[in-house]
Amino acid sequence: MTQLPPPSAKKLGLVIDLDTCVGCHACVVACKGWNTENYGAPLSDQNAYSGAASGTFLNRVHSYEVQPDQGAAQLIHFPKSCLHCEDAPCVTVCPTGASYKRAEDGIVLVNESDCIGCGLCAWACPYGARELDANEGVMKKCTLCVDRIYNENLPEEDRQPACVRTCPAGARHFGDLGDATSDVSKLVAERGGFDLMPEQGTKPVNKYLPPRPKDVEPEFDILAPYLEPVAQDGTGFAHWLDKALSALPGGPK
Amino acid sequence: MHPAPSVIIFNTFSGLGFGLLFWLGMGVLVPTGWAAFIWFVIAYLFAVGGLIASTFHLGHPERAIKAFSQWKTSWLSREGICAVFALITMAIYGAGLVFAGTRLGVFGVVGGLASLGVVFTTSMIYAQMKTVPRWRHWTTPAMYLILSLSGGALLAGQIKIAAVLLIVGGVLQIFAWGTGDRRFVEAGTDMESATGLGHIGKVRAFEPPHTGTNYLMREFIHVVGRKHADQLRIITIGLAFVLPVVLLLLASNHLIAALAVISHIAGVLALRWLFFAQAEHVVGLYYGKR
Ligand code: SF4
Ligand code: SF4
Ligand code: SF4
Repeated sequence: MTQLPPPSAKKLGLVIDLDTCVGCHACVVACKGWNTENYGAPLSDQNAYSGAASGTFLNRVHSYEVQPDQGAAQLIHFPKSCLHCEDAPCVTVCPTGASYKRAEDGIVLVNESDCIGCGLCAWACPYGARELDANEGVMKKCTLCVDRIYNENLPEEDRQPACVRTCPAGARHFGDLGDATSDVSKLVAERGGFDLMPEQGTKPVNKYLPPRPKDVEPEFDILAPYLEPVAQDGTGFAHWLDKALSALPGGPK
Repeated sequence: MHPAPSVIIFNTFSGLGFGLLFWLGMGVLVPTGWAAFIWFVIAYLFAVGGLIASTFHLGHPERAIKAFSQWKTSWLSREGICAVFALITMAIYGAGLVFAGTRLGVFGVVGGLASLGVVFTTSMIYAQMKTVPRWRHWTTPAMYLILSLSGGALLAGQIKIAAVLLIVGGVLQIFAWGTGDRRFVEAGTDMESATGLGHIGKVRAFEPPHTGTNYLMREFIHVVGRKHADQLRIITIGLAFVLPVVLLLLASNHLIAALAVISHIAGVLALRWLFFAQAEHVVGLYYGKR
C-alpha cells in the first residue's frame, strides 16, 4: 500500500560524515556490486565500454567546492543515496502500491513485480535517490541492504549495508535513528547532524554530519624575523646581487 | 523536466478529447444517428489515443491494471479510475444517441463531469510535485481545465463559448508563466539547502558523481532549447489562442473552423512542450544546474 504507515519506533538509516569522506567512491562500487546480484533486478549499464557510458546506481558521490567569505575554498565529497524519509513523497504518488515504507523499521522499498515503471516516484523524490533501470524498466533505489542487515547467514560484522562495511574512512554509519541512545543518534547529537532540503518537508531519516571547522594558521612565526624578504630599498650586497642575477638571460625581473 | 513526446501528445489530445466529451455530455450539441457516431469517434480517438500514447513511457505497460489500486493517495491512480469511468459512462450515453436517438441525460452529465475529472486528476499529478516549484500552483489545474474546455468547445463548433474560453485561457497562461518564472527562487530550495553546506559559504558543484549521463539527468535536467522559450511563448499565444479567436470571429465556414482547430492544436503542443522543458526539478541543484 502506498499509504504511509504510522511513524515507526525503529528508524533504520545512515549517518554520513562529510568531514571524513575522502571521495573514494568505494561505497558506490560496493553498493553496485552487492545490489546488482541480490535483491531484485540487476543494476544495468548501457554502453559501459564506450565514451557514452551510463548506468543505474543507488549511491553516488558528488564533490562540491564551498567558498567561505574569508579564506580558502573547501572541497567536500558528498555521498548521496535514499534517505528513507519519514514523510516519503515517493511512496504516496505510486499508483500501484509498488513503492512502500516498511512499518517495522522505516525502510523504503520497491516491490519490483508491481512496478509499472511510470517514474512518478523519482519525480517526487527531491534528492535524486531513485533511478529507473533502462534494461528492466523498473524503479531501483537503495534498500539499506535489507538482505544483509537481517541476514543470519552472514557473519555478525557483515550485517550492515555494503557501503558502510566497505568505507575505508569510516565516514558512513548505520543504525537506529529512532532510538535516542543508539550510537548513530549520539553521533548526530554531538556533531550537529542535519537534514538535506528540510524545506521539502520529507523528514529524512538519514543525517549528514557537517565538516569540522578548519584550523586557522596563526600569523606568528618564531623564525619570521630572521627570514625577512630581501631589502627593497636598493642598497648593499643583496641589492647588487639581485640586480646582477636579474640581468642574466632568463633571470627574474 | 524532459519533454517526452508521448506525454506531450497524451496531454494535448486527451485534453481535447475529454473536453469534447464534456460538451457532448452536457448536451450543448445533441447529434443523433450517424452524426453522433462521428462525433463520438472523434472524441474517443483523441481521448483514448492520448491515453495509449501515455503508456509508451511506462517501463511495464502490461502491468497497467495494477495502477487502479492506490486511489487513496495517488493522483495517477485516480486519473486511471476516472478515465475508465468517464469512457464507459460516455459510451453508454453515446450509444443512446447513436442507436436509439435518445439522450440519456444522467449519463451525459455524469460522464461529462467525469471527463473533466480526468483532466483535473491529470493536472494534479503535476501540481502535487513539490520538487517542481513551477508546477505546484493552482494555475496548473486551472490551465489544464481551461485548455480542455476551450479546445473541446472549438472541436464541437461552439464558437461563442470557444472564443470566450480561449481569451480567458490566453490571459491565464500569460499570468501562469509570469508567476511561474519566480516560483523556483520563492520555494527557497537552493544548492546551500540541498547540501546543507551553506553555513560554510557559497556552494559550487565541483565534480559530478559520474563521467557520463544518467537517468536523473536525462529525466529532470533539460536545459537544451530553453533559450528559445521567449519566442516559443509568443508563438504559443499566437497559435493556441489569438489566431483561433480571430478566425472564429472572421467567418463561420468549415475550412476556417478547421484552420482554427489546427492552429489551436499546434499552439497547445508548443505550450505543453514549454510546460515540461521549462519546469525545473530541484534535483538539478545537486548537479549545479536548474
Ligand atoms: S530520499 Fe527520495 S526515494 Fe528515499 S524516501 Fe526520501 S523521497 Fe523517497
Ligand atoms: S515507477 Fe514503479 S515504484 Fe515508482 S511510482 Fe511508478 S509504479 Fe510506483
Ligand atoms: S567509501 Fe567512504 S570515504 Fe569513500 S566515498 Fe564512500 S563515504 Fe566517502
